[in-house]
This record gives sequence, structure tokens and C-alpha cells, in this order.
Amino acid sequence: MRSVTWSEFVITRLIKTAGYSAILFIGLIFIFLLREGAPTLLEVPLRSLISGRWYPIEGYFGLLPLIGGSLVVTLGAAMIAIPFGLGTAIYIAEIAPRWARELLKPLIELLGGLPSVMLGFLGILVLTSWVRTTLDLPTGLTAFTGALLLGGIAIPTIVSVAEDALDAVPRSYREAGLALGATNWQTIWRVTLPAARSGVLTAIMLGLGRAIGETMAVMMVTGNAPVVPTGLGALFHPARTMTATIAAEMGEVANGSVHYHVLFLIGIVLFLISLAVNLTASSLVFRERKRAERILS
Amino acid sequence: MATLTRPRRLRERAGFAGLMLVALATGAPILVVIGYIVWQGAPAISWEFLTGFPQEGMRAGGVLPAIVGTLWLTLGTGVIAVPLAIGAAVYLAEYAADNRWTRAIRLAIINLAGIPSVVYGLFGLGLFVLFLGFGTSILAGSLTLAIMTLPVIISTTEEALRAVPYSFRVVSVSLGGTRWQTIRRIVLPQALPGIITGVILGLERAAGETAPILFTVAAFFLPRLPSSPLDATMALPYHLFVISTQVPGMPIRIQYGTALVLLTFVVSLNIVATLIRSRARARRQW
Repeated sequence: MRSVTWSEFVITRLIKTAGYSAILFIGLIFIFLLREGAPTLLEVPLRSLISGRWYPIEGYFGLLPLIGGSLVVTLGAAMIAIPFGLGTAIYIAEIAPRWARELLKPLIELLGGLPSVMLGFLGILVLTSWVRTTLDLPTGLTAFTGALLLGGIAIPTIVSVAEDALDAVPRSYREAGLALGATNWQTIWRVTLPAARSGVLTAIMLGLGRAIGETMAVMMVTGNAPVVPTGLGALFHPARTMTATIAAEMGEVANGSVHYHVLFLIGIVLFLISLAVNLTASSLVFRERKRAERILS
Repeated sequence: MATLTRPRRLRERAGFAGLMLVALATGAPILVVIGYIVWQGAPAISWEFLTGFPQEGMRAGGVLPAIVGTLWLTLGTGVIAVPLAIGAAVYLAEYAADNRWTRAIRLAIINLAGIPSVVYGLFGLGLFVLFLGFGTSILAGSLTLAIMTLPVIISTTEEALRAVPYSFRVVSVSLGGTRWQTIRRIVLPQALPGIITGVILGLERAAGETAPILFTVAAFFLPRLPSSPLDATMALPYHLFVISTQVPGMPIRIQYGTALVLLTFVVSLNIVATLIRSRARARRQW
């Protein structure tokens, strides 16, 4: 009996430690990003960091073109991923016959599992030349090409989260809509979607969070020119994102150099962006649950 | 009434058709992408391609070192991530009280899931490669990929554990089982298919990732197989990146062949996971 309680004690401890490991890892990630990235603030004046010129060889470390590049590509991806992702989620959750649902869901899940480097590879060989000839551009390596791929990469996240949110809307809501004489179509737009609003918003945020952090596919097709975007036209020029800059340049810098520290600083910026996105998204879900509980009680 | 209803019904029908087209436009390209890679890559696949070393600056020969490297990395990731993730999931599903700390753990997991893969690469470089001195090695890469994979395995495992009916636990405890005995003998076996599915989906993601291994494992070209966890290695996704952007005059057939090998690896993991899940669902008695 004694040995049972003792091993039980050890195992319970181990399991608890495993449970808390997630917090430990988040902490470690932040500490090590800071450790390598914070020295930048001493080495490079802030004014230089917020300038518009990224040319590390000559000591220009302006982050604006990279942040701008990430924004342009992500906005482009949003224009593709939001309509297609939400449309597909609504179709799967509300309209599709059983066989179509059983076909579409694994397919979209499969898209989520496709390595981004493979999409980037196809992007280089197929998409870039298509973009160049169809849009009559000097090069197919543009922010738009990256946005097309990123849209595809963000779609699985949007579909699965939004579909869950739509599924969670109680049946009685829809029945009430239909009983009032609304068509299925009207019920979807005026009852179900508004009821799932916060989940749908979460889906969009998580999808775009995924897009802004995506690296390989973007690096391979956007042309990697660090230019500050000035308008919508920037979508059809080469661009360079924060993620691509890290991936492309980290291999070539000396450990501990200024350039190395700046790349970690970009990592910190990305880390903080993902933190903000995920905290907002989860607080949205949390608030919604609270409201639902209030209504029910 | 009829005059009121007809345009509404018409609009509904048009709307449904539109949404169906959107879903089709989303789903069809996935099949096209996969089909295209199979079609273009199949001619390159041969025994020599799968079991040979790259030759002539990677412009000829096979991809064996990359395949072996990816297998090592996937295995290493599994060995590190699976016990940790299952432990964490058991804690969340079976032990944790609903308090501030548990919420903090959940937030941490959500945030781990959202961190960009290239940031994991930076972290792995900072902690495992440099600070702990593992160098660019399978060990450093597996640790990095394992931490990245944790959230996927934790959340699917927790879901599987929670799906086991509460009454199963009550019966076990009433027969004199301790909490751990109940988990070990009753809950975990019942949740096993769900857990395996989660593990495979997590490893599928790890196997296809490039950004986290860029600075922690990946070798541009290594003419031998890794012999210890402290060796650097080639890996399929990184190899595909290298031969499609860094090597001029690369034969297109080898590029598509490599893409097909990677695709096959990832898709077969995905199919196995889907099959296990649907079989378990069909056979579930409760």
C-alpha cells in the first residue's frame, strides 16, 4: 500500500510539472529572445530603427520596410482568406449535404498540413509566371504572389475555428428564425452568423496571425525587396516581410553582431504580435462564454 | 404571399449556389496542387532516387540523407514531445482545478500555438544551439520542433481524455483504484485512438516545417548520414527549399521528385491519423 501511494505521489508531481511546462516554455522563449535582441536598443539608435532604409551591410537597420511588407502581404492574404474561409465554413456548417461535408473537412485539414515550403516551391514554378503574364508585371515575385499563397495557408485555420463557432450556435436560434418566416438564407445571415460573431472574429484573427508569422512560402515568392509600401500599388511590387528577413539573413550573420541582435529584435516584434493576437482572440471567446452563461442563468 | 416569397426563395437559392462555388473554389485547388506534384514528381521517383546520395552539387543522384534526416527529426520530436504533452493534457483534464493558474497554463498553450515558426527557430538557436552548446544538431532541432508541436498534441489529447465518460472514472474509483490507476488503466486506454491521432497530426506538422530547423539543424549538403543526435543533418523540407532557390541550374525533375517525397511523407501521416480517428469513432461503444 505504501509503495502505491509513493509512486502515486511521484507520478502526480511529474504530471503537474508537465502541466506547468507550457508556462515555462513561453517564459524561456521570451527570455532568450530578449537576451539576444535587447542589446540592439543600446547599439542602434531608435531613430535609425524607425527609419525607412534596411541595408544591414552599411549599418542601416530601419524596420519600417519590413513591418510594412508584412502588413501589405497579410492584408492581401486577408482579402483572399476571409471571404473564401468564411464562405467555406458557412457552407460546411449550414448548407452542405453530409457527403460534401465529409469530403471538404479532411481536404481543408490536409491543406493545413501541407508544408509551406512546398507551397512556396509551387509558387516559384507556377504562380509567379502566372502572376507576371496575367497582370503584365515586370516580375512575378510580388507581395500579391505571397498574399495568394498566404491566403491559402490562413484558410484552414479560419474554416475550422469559424465552423466550430457556427456549430456552437444553439439549434433553437435557427428554429426561431425559421418559425418567424425567414428563409434559411436569411436565418444564416441575420441569426446564426451574428450569434457566432465572436467566434468568427476569433477565426479571422487566428488566421491572420498565422499569415503574418508564415515564413518560407512568403520568402520564396515575394522578391524580398525592402521597400516602404506607400499605397495599394505596393501589392504588385516586390516586398519583404519580417519573417523572411530573419530566415534569409540569420544564416549569414556573425553571432553577437549588431545585425544578429537586430534580427532577434524582429523576432521579439513578431512574438509580441502573436501574443497580442492570441490574447485578444482568447479574451473574445472568454467574454462570449460569460455572456452566454449570463443569458442562460 | 406567393409574390413575396418567390424573390426570397430565388435569393436563397442563388446564395446557396454562390457559397457552394466558394467552397468548391477553396477545396478544388488543394486537389489540383497535390495532383500536380504527383504528376510532375512521379517520373523522378526510382529506387536510386530514394536510396542514393546527392551528386554533382545536388543536380543528380538521390535524396537519402534528407529522408533519413527528416525521419530522425520526426522521431526525436516525438520522443521529446509525446510524454510531455500527454502529461500536460492529463494534468489539465484530470487534475487541474479551475483556477487562475490553470487559466494561465491554457493561455500559455494558446500562445505557444500562435508563435511564428521562425521565432521558434530563433529561440532554438539562442537556447539549444548556443546557450546549451548543442550546436546545429538533431538534438537542438528536435527540442525546438518538440516545443512547437506541444500545443497541438496537448489540445487533441485533452479533448480525447475529456470525451471518456465520467462514469468510467467513478466505477474505477469505487472499485478501489487510485487516481493514477484510474487514469492509467481506464482513461488513457479509452482515449488512445484520439491521442494517437493528435500525436500524428503534431508530428506531421513538425516533419514539414522548415523555418525552425533553418538555424538549428539543417545542413545545406552533407554527403553522409547522421550517426548521433549531435550531428547536423539534411532534411526534406530544407532540401526542397535549397534546391528550388539556392542552386542554379537545378533539374526541375529532381525538384518535383523531392517535393513528391515530402508530400507523400506528410500526406500519409495525415491519412493514417484520419483513418484512426474515424475507425475509433465508428467502434466506440459509449
